[in-house]
Amino acid sequence: MDREFIARGVKRCSTGKFLLWILPWAALLAFGLYSAGLCLIKGLNQTNMDNRFAFGLWIFLDLTVIALGAGAFFTGFLLYILKIKDLRAVINSAVVIGLVCYSGAVCVLGVDVGQPLRAWFTFWYPNVHSMLTEVTFCITCYLTVLTIEYLPIVLKNRKLRQIPSFLVFEFELHKLIYVLAGVGTFLSFFHQGSLGGLYGVLRGRPFAFREGFAVWPSTFFLFIISAAAVGPSFVLLTTWLVEKISRKKLVKPEVFSLLGRISGLLLSVYVLAKTVDTLIWINRTSPESGFPAAQYYSWQPFGTWILFAEIVLFGLVPALMLLAPQLRARTGWLVTAAMMACCGVALNRFVMTVQTLALPTLSFDRFLSYFPSWQETGTFLAVVAFGVLVYSISFRYFQLFPSERELRRF
Amino acid sequence: MIGPNKNVKAARYGMTIDVDRCSGCGACMVACAVENNVPPAHANATDRTGLTWIRVYKIDNGLPYPETRSAYVPVMCQHCGNETPCAHVCPQQAVDVDPATGVVGEMPQRCLGCRYCIAACPYHARYFNWWDPAWPAGMEKALNPDVTPRMRGVVEKCNFCHGRWHAAKQQAAADGKPDTEPVSYTPACAEACPTKAIHFGDLNDPASLPAQAAKQGESFRMLEKLNTDTKIYYRSKRDWVRRIADAPHPAGTGKENQRG
Repeated sequence: MDREFIARGVKRCSTGKFLLWILPWAALLAFGLYSAGLCLIKGLNQTNMDNRFAFGLWIFLDLTVIALGAGAFFTGFLLYILKIKDLRAVINSAVVIGLVCYSGAVCVLGVDVGQPLRAWFTFWYPNVHSMLTEVTFCITCYLTVLTIEYLPIVLKNRKLRQIPSFLVFEFELHKLIYVLAGVGTFLSFFHQGSLGGLYGVLRGRPFAFREGFAVWPSTFFLFIISAAAVGPSFVLLTTWLVEKISRKKLVKPEVFSLLGRISGLLLSVYVLAKTVDTLIWINRTSPESGFPAAQYYSWQPFGTWILFAEIVLFGLVPALMLLAPQLRARTGWLVTAAMMACCGVALNRFVMTVQTLALPTLSFDRFLSYFPSWQETGTFLAVVAFGVLVYSISFRYFQLFPSERELRRF
Repeated sequence: MIGPNKNVKAARYGMTIDVDRCSGCGACMVACAVENNVPPAHANATDRTGLTWIRVYKIDNGLPYPETRSAYVPVMCQHCGNETPCAHVCPQQAVDVDPATGVVGEMPQRCLGCRYCIAACPYHARYFNWWDPAWPAGMEKALNPDVTPRMRGVVEKCNFCHGRWHAAKQQAAADGKPDTEPVSYTPACAEACPTKAIHFGDLNDPASLPAQAAKQGESFRMLEKLNTDTKIYYRSKRDWVRRIADAPHPAGTGKENQRG
């Protein structure tokens, strides 16, 4: 039925089978939209957030998906600016991942604020000292860049190419790709950093507060490095997953290895920087605020194990695995390491968002717990379903992996 | 907020709260709610989703009976003077610090409801409107016409009774006085306190009672090491009460946390 829309030389499943695949995701999206609708219409009382746990699952989700979506800007940077040509095999897929992650995060942010219709106030009355202002500006601009980067992928569709003006437009857009990659990289560096800065500047929360350089706390730089490290890992993981689900060879094994090596190198830098930062924070920053760092880890269940898991288990270990050529050559090890790297960054975002708010600041405070409501979870799942749907549709109708046709012959 | 009068020296409005005098009656909380049109709690509200600009915590020394001693600590916005955490992070300048008085003000009309300020405040003095404000039938007639009720989805907090400050300023202008110096109004909580535990005034005015009390050895400020330069000074003759100024200590560390 939709054969004319599928690229020549590639094989896709039947329309019926495809519909069967997207049906449960569409149902999940519908449920998520219902949950989000409840929060928008009835208010944030539908969530389990409160005056003490002002941020919850959604902010954790935003920070995590934006870090995972960093593959889009970083792959673009490596391909178009540093000219690592092998990455051309995954750039389209990386752009779709980025678009899905960023648009999902922006939509959830729209639900997460009490007065979504006032979102434009941030542009009209910006507080230049606020990290959230920086985040809002950069994410909005970068989402626009991603949309423009996504357009040529859409316009290359077999059927759409038959419209001459689309073809010309796509050709003209391609000329801009280097500029877009440059702008995207610049914006991404800033908002990945400002997302880290969101918590790093909180002087009133010594668990999260960090010293830094100029107006930026150290978390600003740590978030940039960690996002750049985990972005290629997530692209690797997604490509592997799509290969498994579609039962097709999509990229050469060398590309997997390259993505793993890039991720491993950056992850090592991150682990080193994070270790130095943690030592400074434990020995200087936190005690100077009147909070001995050891006390944070006395509040169970967040013992020192969480610090170990974040830096060693899901940081150093996958970094070493990704750097070892013998392990990288084996898909199982490579994918496990990439998965661990992604989990490490997710854990870091969890610590920054959830653990920070759970810890007491006043001496007569209690340690707080929080569990998201079904409406929050539903909205969270909507982003996952949205991501799977957009990616599935893009994979079916657009050429996400240019080497696929070539690899099919072997 | 109305801009500062350049002819008047900047003030530093603040409070002293004598913890030893506080009986925990909650009159300050009620008076504050009535003055500032804080709506009654929603049926589903909890102690973490309710609205109250001033909250009285009960604390004790953590010792078993008969050594147990308790005290009550009213906590409201501490009106930080140094890089005010909430004002610093608000993305759309809905929080400001009045240079004329040092009062940290909140503009609910501009608030996006992102709650970043709540996360930034170490004193947990900011409250979000999780529900639409609603008053029982007839009770809306008792609302204070000088204070605008807030809508769902915005943050609010103590502003040292801005409505009263505004009225005092207007009265001063009507009387031909240059401004409200020295402070000529009293916030509702200080006025309602039956034990006179709360005193309000200009901390820059050496003659004012809070300025004098703040200098005494029994005075302390919450989490002073955070260097937020708060304008709420607490007082107590008891050592264990004064220790509430420090960071929390989890149970099992030998320094039992005072229970709130």
